[in-house]
Amino acid sequence: MSLFVNIISLTVVFAVPLMLVALGGMFSERSGVVNIALEGIMIIGALCSCFTLKAFHTSGFGPKFPQLAMFLAVLVAAVAGMIFSLLLAFAAINLKADQTIGGTALNTFAPAFAIVLTWAIQGQGISTIQIPSWIRIRASDFGLTNLNPIIKTLFFKYSYMTTPIAIVILIVSYIVLYKTRFGLRLRACGEHPQAADSVGINVYKMRYAGVLISGALGGIGGLAYIVAVGSGFNSNVGGYGFLALAVMIFGNWKPFYIAGSAVMFALFKVIAAYHSVIPFLPDLGSLKEKSSLYQMLPYIVTMIVLIFTSKKSRAPKAEGIPYDKGQR
Amino acid sequence: MKKRKPLAENAALISLLASIMSILIGLLIGFIVLLIVNPGAAVEGMAAMLGTGFSSPDKFGKVLYQAAPLLLCGLSVGFAFQTGLFNIGASGQYTIGAFFALYGAIVFQLPWWACLLLAMVGGAFWGIFPGLFKAFFNVNEVITSIMFNWIAMYLVNLLIANTPMILASAWGATNSDRTAALAAANPGAILPQGYILARLFGGSTWINISIVIAILAAIVIWFVLVKTTFGYELKAVGNSKEAARYAGINANRCVIQSMVIAGALAGLAGGLYYLAGTVQYVLEKSVLAMGFNGIPVALLANSNPLGTIFSALFVSYIQVGGSSMQPNFSSESVDIIISVIIYLAAFALLMRHIIVKLLAKKKERRAKA
Repeated sequence: MSLFVNIISLTVVFAVPLMLVALGGMFSERSGVVNIALEGIMIIGALCSCFTLKAFHTSGFGPKFPQLAMFLAVLVAAVAGMIFSLLLAFAAINLKADQTIGGTALNTFAPAFAIVLTWAIQGQGISTIQIPSWIRIRASDFGLTNLNPIIKTLFFKYSYMTTPIAIVILIVSYIVLYKTRFGLRLRACGEHPQAADSVGINVYKMRYAGVLISGALGGIGGLAYIVAVGSGFNSNVGGYGFLALAVMIFGNWKPFYIAGSAVMFALFKVIAAYHSVIPFLPDLGSLKEKSSLYQMLPYIVTMIVLIFTSKKSRAPKAEGIPYDKGQR
Repeated sequence: MKKRKPLAENAALISLLASIMSILIGLLIGFIVLLIVNPGAAVEGMAAMLGTGFSSPDKFGKVLYQAAPLLLCGLSVGFAFQTGLFNIGASGQYTIGAFFALYGAIVFQLPWWACLLLAMVGGAFWGIFPGLFKAFFNVNEVITSIMFNWIAMYLVNLLIANTPMILASAWGATNSDRTAALAAANPGAILPQGYILARLFGGSTWINISIVIAILAAIVIWFVLVKTTFGYELKAVGNSKEAARYAGINANRCVIQSMVIAGALAGLAGGLYYLAGTVQYVLEKSVLAMGFNGIPVALLANSNPLGTIFSALFVSYIQVGGSSMQPNFSSESVDIIISVIIYLAAFALLMRHIIVKLLAKKKERRAKA
């Protein structure tokens, strides 16, 4: 039972970065800009927020007000991600550049920049930024001392502020996308920008908004990934940015579907990491490197789903196509 | 009388200038970043990056050794570009190619040339998936390629770990997380040094015939694209799928063929790199960077197969230089420069387009007057 609960809480903490980043990708693509730079955006968000946490730690501010410090770190991650994503927005929207190539450039830049900066700040060869332990939310923070161990594992073993923030963002995303004027306009720009423009919507502005939102969510997702892994920031986010793309496609560019598929993909990741202690998995005999098998499954499942859904795919129609006012 | 083309209409010259510009801007921005993070060592670091490649025959041998797979990955990406496809999956095709080559070398005990053929088969096999998905299910090849990169990496981990005979531990070493050293398992699978190259680079352990094979491949690909009907069809599909279809070209077949050839090229790259005998395939945790580095190589060359030879040499040159920037800077610093080059290339096409448009307008005006 405790193992089962442990898996649930681990799945949640790993689903958070996937969901946040996939939602970010959704906003960008719904506005018509393909964002394969999510991996790079995550790295920049994680880089800046981890240094922020470290600074709070050494200044003594962090241990004193842990959750306030963590909240500020989340904001730093969001802002850093937004600034970095401006590079993609500028290339894709103003210069009408190839969005995939632009994204590849950002993905190449981010890990290299992260290592160079980490070395410069921490000293040569010290590539890992340690994250402080006070960022975790503890049961004692709420005055809860003698909790049922199962409840304690479920809610407080891996609880970080990023989880409630992610839930709020999910709900807000849904409302923004489907219940506001902004969301309707954003979606119009991803489906038929010419039509949107003809009724007075500023397509460039909406696309900037889409990319910037994806930058903010990608940045927060980067921090969420680092707290989920727990071993510090090492200039990479383990391919979660690319996995988030798969989550977004699997979730059919819709917020709650994305949340569901993030949980499923996270479960695969957790099984891959803990398969040796999970009893109810199929017996694979003496197969070695079983974790690779479980790591591979979400990608394969995504491809199979793409085969069956491609005919009625909900992918935004105009994604990846630069908008040119003069074009008909 | 044959009229000489005005300079500004010479597409090759414009491309070359654009590439040199983006290299210079890349170097400048890289230098500025180094200057900001570590002012004291920046000049020394840049000097190491730009000077190391030519510093000794051994280092230059290493430049050529790394340039060979880069060149093939660049060809792979560039070839797909010509058909309007973005092959971000060169990494996965490269990984599968490397596995096929090593499997042939260690398990089947084949000679090197047979292993290289196997590598091409492996890469082509992996390249066909994005092609099929694009042609039959209209799934964007970028998405398929990204997914198949990760599938390739995990699959190869799985296959190597479960093939006892391919592991180093079966051939007198203790590690079971990597493939056997070819010197122990099958010296006949190691690429020959080549008589002339061995004389030229007497002391270098890096040099072998891989660079010659890669350059030959570039020439073959150039020939196919420029001189054959098949190449013309592929380019027609790249320019406009609908127009090509209207002209009676089977666009779907072209997409698949293009991806298969691109995959074979990337697979060959994997074979060349791992059959040199200097490296062993270690179980990986993230997608191999070599395939991604084919992207800047192709972009710098504007997808021209012959230009790819030079852009691969350049990228390899600064990468070899980058590894001697330590301890002041990590070798990844080079990637900052490469990323700037890619970023600029993203709208280089647009810049060329603008130049062409301006020229056309000028002509129109002249015609009116």
